[in-house]
Order: sequence, then structure tokens, then C-alpha cells
Amino acid sequence: MHEFEKHPDLPPPTSQMGVVGWLRKNLFSSIPNSIMTVIALYLLYLTIPAMVEWALINADWVGSSREACSSDGACWVFIYARINQFLYGFYPVEEQWRVNLGAAIFVVSLLLLVIRGVPGKAWIGGFTLLIFPVIAFFLFSGGIFGLEKISTSNWGGLMLTLILSTVGIVAALPFGILLALGRRSDMPIVRALCVSYIELWRGVPLITVLFMASVMLPLFLPSGVNFDKLLRALVGIALFQSAYVAEVVRGGLQAIAKGQSEAAASLGLNYRKTMALIVLPQALKVVIPGLVVTFIELFKDTTLVSIISLFDLLGIVQSALTDPSWLGFAIEGYVFAGLLYWVFCFGMSRYSMHLERRFETGHKGS
Amino acid sequence: MKGMKALAAGTAIVVATFAGTVYAGETFDNVKAQGFVQCGVNTGLPGFSNIDDNGDWKGLDVDVCRAVAAAMFGDASKVKYTPLNAKERFTALQSGEIDVLSRNTTWTLSRDGSLGINFTGVTYYDGQGFLVKKSLGVKSAKDLGGASVCVQSGTTTELNLADYFRSQNLKFTPVTYDNADATAKAFDAGRCDALTSDQSQLYALRILLKDPSGSVVLPDVISKEPLGPSVRQGDDDWFNLVKWSLFAMVNGEDLGITSENIDDMKKNGSDKPDVKRFLGETGEFGKMLGVSDDWAYNIVKQVGNYGESFERNVGSGSNLKIERGLNALWSNGGLQYAPPVR
Repeated sequence: MHEFEKHPDLPPPTSQMGVVGWLRKNLFSSIPNSIMTVIALYLLYLTIPAMVEWALINADWVGSSREACSSDGACWVFIYARINQFLYGFYPVEEQWRVNLGAAIFVVSLLLLVIRGVPGKAWIGGFTLLIFPVIAFFLFSGGIFGLEKISTSNWGGLMLTLILSTVGIVAALPFGILLALGRRSDMPIVRALCVSYIELWRGVPLITVLFMASVMLPLFLPSGVNFDKLLRALVGIALFQSAYVAEVVRGGLQAIAKGQSEAAASLGLNYRKTMALIVLPQALKVVIPGLVVTFIELFKDTTLVSIISLFDLLGIVQSALTDPSWLGFAIEGYVFAGLLYWVFCFGMSRYSMHLERRFETGHKGS
Repeated sequence: MKGMKALAAGTAIVVATFAGTVYAGETFDNVKAQGFVQCGVNTGLPGFSNIDDNGDWKGLDVDVCRAVAAAMFGDASKVKYTPLNAKERFTALQSGEIDVLSRNTTWTLSRDGSLGINFTGVTYYDGQGFLVKKSLGVKSAKDLGGASVCVQSGTTTELNLADYFRSQNLKFTPVTYDNADATAKAFDAGRCDALTSDQSQLYALRILLKDPSGSVVLPDVISKEPLGPSVRQGDDDWFNLVKWSLFAMVNGEDLGITSENIDDMKKNGSDKPDVKRFLGETGEFGKMLGVSDDWAYNIVKQVGNYGESFERNVGSGSNLKIERGLNALWSNGGLQYAPPVR
């Protein structure tokens, strides 16, 4: 009698396995795909070696002046010589610990907020949003507790970029939520005000807002009254950004089915509680990608402050390019600035994806 | 374009009306009281105003600010710099955000007449010129007949170029580019025989070339761009001080007084009466300006005379290596001339 004997499974054909299989499946699955793969590989071959050669192999790394840059490659000496200026602007070197301290407090409180399982998040959040800005302002500008007073015209570089975008984001979010709620309100005057506010600011380019704040406003103020230039820019950015946030949040509010607020009403919740406990948490979850997009845009839009001669990261790099001792190193400067912007934007984007996964409750259509 | 003109005219009117009313106080007294000069400079122009590795402002325009501070306070470092771009510079001056504008601004009638400002002198006689490869063997712009010329599109430079060649009855082929860097690259790659722009910029562009010493800026200047500092109208004392701060730098060079030999001259006593007046040993010329009598000494001692400042920032002492040319002293065939201190 033939007894059933189990043979071991045959391995899949080699063409389906390992490197070859992966290549066949992902890169050469059809003739058009194969052609595109070959073209892409050729383009990479054309660009990557040249870039690596320029940025790493032929680059000059050590030295302190342009004489050190004798090779054909990148002159990173330029970045190295100016790094302090790129990060802190004109902030006096011996006082830069204040900026570092402020940044450290901010990073620590952010980490505490982000890491799961840390108790007292409401308190930490409140501290970060309400108390920290006050501390940071006095820490950076000084004038009390024996700290040397440092005018905001000395602030610059990466520090200024981060201040502009953080303040813009932090101020615009609550204001934007209120505007979005106001736009959906039943009260006609509130609604009309919110609609006109949003449409006014959305209809004006940021560059115009900054220009008005910096150039026109002083002409209409009485003589001697001179608002801080940075403050003018900050107010302009916050007003502008809140209109965008409002529209993103409104999108989320509209995505929440009416049944949710009706169910809340049937439980006897008033408007405030309905919004705070039922509608907004769901709506904000929906719009996380949209909000992060506007924040990333804002982060990059802060470069527009160079139109009003504030030296943000890009501005200070550009001004360094006009130093006769460093003329001709524009590419290095822009690559450096671009890299820093990319790091921050990529970080924000990854964090938003993490948030989306964390708040995922299975409603997402797939 | 028409809209832009109307807008510009409107702004000028607003600006002009406000300029008279917004600021009525005495600039001179205000500056003295606040203890520093608020000076508007360029956000970055090689050799004229730029930030060095230590974050300090350097340049020919910056030195004018420092000279005013040296005359007023005896300390050239008492300056608060406000970097400005081209659009906001006049508003900043009119609104009182700055007291003196020293930002490579061309002195023209319309600016003098309609903006409520006064130009106090000329720090740098600029003008459109040509950069050519030495191998071309051209000695003057008049030899450029039939040449192809790289130029930035949409600028007055482009119009001046056409005018010049038409008036000289020469043929040329314009090769236009969007920005200065692209223009320099094209010239470097041999796409054109000559590159035209303002002379001060030509020297900065020359550094970007692969072989800077292989190219030369021709001596011909085909347009007038006198760059100088300006102040608000309405305070003649302040106007005088800024004007004479620049004159003191030029006079210093004229008299052979430098930041190095000035202490010697003061100690050993020069027998030249004009040097004595300049150093404040005879006469009370500082008092007439409302400052101390050693005002000119402080300027030359701390900032240097015009020639020193020029060589240090844009001339042989810098990477730009700009020739004195029009900016040589009148006694050396240039245009720099200052009225005497007497």
C-alpha cells in the first residue's frame, strides 16, 4: 500500500526569491517599468557621484578663511566659520547660554508632552503654551534679574526662524479654532465677522502683510511711537496664519456627522461641552495632516521676513554671502540652509504621522 | 506697469506729506540724548555694508555711520545699524526709525526733491562699466564694436547699454540673463565678450569667476550713479554734521593725515595751519557744528581717512580690488573733493 509521505515543500523558483525576486517584482515587472528603472538608474549615476564628490570627497573641511578652500569641491569652512552667526544671529556670544537654556526648556517640555505615560500632561501643556513664552521672552530679551538687555534686532539666524514659526503656530492654533467655530456659528454677526476676517487674511499674500506691518504702519503712527519690528512681524504672521488654521479646522468640523452633536445634545450637554468633549477632539484628529501642512508651510514662509530685513536663517546665510572675504560660496550656504529646513520639516511631518497612527480609532476608510 | 507707477506716485505723495508732519523734533538733539546714531545700511552689499565673521558691520557705507558717531560722541562704535532693503529705506528715514541713511543710494533730483530727504555728499562715484577678458586685448569700451555683451534683463543697465552703443555708432549683441550670478557664469563660460553692470558690482562679480585676474574692468563709465548718505529734511544742524563727517574723511586724505600718523601730528604739532585747524588746535570749528573741537581727529583716528576706508573695504586691502578711478582725490584726477575746514 502506498503510504502518504509528506515531502518537504519545494523552495519557490529562484526567480521569485531573494534579491532577484525583489528586483523582478519591484523594478522590472513589465517592459515600461524596466525602461523607467534603467532611465532612473542612469540619472542617479549622472548626479549622485558628482554630488558626493563635490560635497564630501573634494570638499575642504578645515581652516578659517577662503584661502583654505583651494580644491574644486564644497567649502564647508565657510559654514564652519559662520556657524555661530547662522544659529544665533547677532546675539552676543557670552549671552548665548540664554538661548540654549530657553531651547532646552522647550525641548524638554515638548518631549514630556510627546512621550506616552508621563503624568500631568495638562499641566505641562499649560506651562508650554502659557508660561514658557513669558519665560522665553524675558530670558531672550533680558532687562530683568540682572540679565543684560538684548534688543530684538540682535536676534537672528535659526533662533529667529524657530521663534517666528513657534509663535506663529502656537498663537494661530487656538485663534484659528475659535474662528472656525465662529464661522459655523448660528449668530449672524459673529459669523459675518469671522467670515470677513478669514477671507480678508486669506486673500492677502503674507509678503504684503509683512510689508504693510514694516513699511506702512510706522507712517501712520505718531512720531516717536515705534513698535518693535520683530513684534510687528510676529503679530502679522499670527493673524495671517490663524485664518488658514481656521479653514483647515472648519474642514474637520464639517467632516463630523451631525449625529454626533445631536447625540451630545440628547445627553444634555450644552454647546461648550459638546464642542470640547465630542466634536473638536474628533475634528482635530481628522485634520492633523492638514494642520501640519499649514505649519510646515509657515515654517518655510518665515523666510519671507527677509523682505523686512529681519535676518532669519536664510537671511543671515544670504547676508554672509555678501562678505567680500567669502564671495562665491553661495551653493554651500544654500545647501546648509536647505538641509536645516529639511530636518525640521521632516521632523514635523514624521511626528504628524505618528500622531495619526496613535489616534487611529478604526474610522479611517481604507 | 502703469499701475505700478501710480502706486509709486501715490506712495511718494503719502510719504512726502507724512515726512513733513511725522517728524518735527530736532534730530540732532535726539541723537545726542539717545547716545547713539541710528544708521540705515544695506542688508548685504560686498565692501559697502556686510557682516564679517564676528557679526560686525563692515564697509564703506558703514564707515560713514561710524564717522558720524565719532564726530558726535568721540566713539565710532556708538552706532545702531538697521539693515534695510531698497523698498523700505526711505520710509525708515522718514518715520524716524533711522537718523541717517547710508545705503548705496543714488543721488537723483527726484529723490532730493520729492522724498523729504537731503543728500549730504557722495561716498562713491559709481557708474556702469564693462568687464572683459584680458585675452580680448580691449583697452576701452569704444573698441567693443560688434561684441556680444552679457547684461541683466529688465534693468536700467540694459537701457544704458543700448543708448551707449547707439550714441557711439557701434553694433553689439545683448545676451540677457535674469540675475547677476547667471550673468557672471555666462561670461565665465565664454558666452559673451563683455559683461556690463555698475562698476562696484563688476568687481564683486569678478571674484566669482574661475580666474578673476584674467579679467579686467575697463576704465570707461557710461552712466552716473553717485552714491551717498542722506538725512531727513528739517534739521540743518544734523544735516551739517553728517555732511562734514564725510568731508572730514576726504579732507583727512587731502591733508595726508591717516589714522596712523595723526597722533604724531598732534603730539609734535604740525606747522601747517590747515592741519592745525583740522585737528582742532586752532579755531573752534567743532563748536560751530555743535560737537567737540577734536571731532575731525576722532573721525580719522577711529575710522580713518577716505582713502584708508576705501582701500580697506573695497580697494587693495579687500578681495574686491576696486581701482580708485573716479573716487580718487581731485588732486589725483578723481572727483573726491571736500570744502576746506576754515
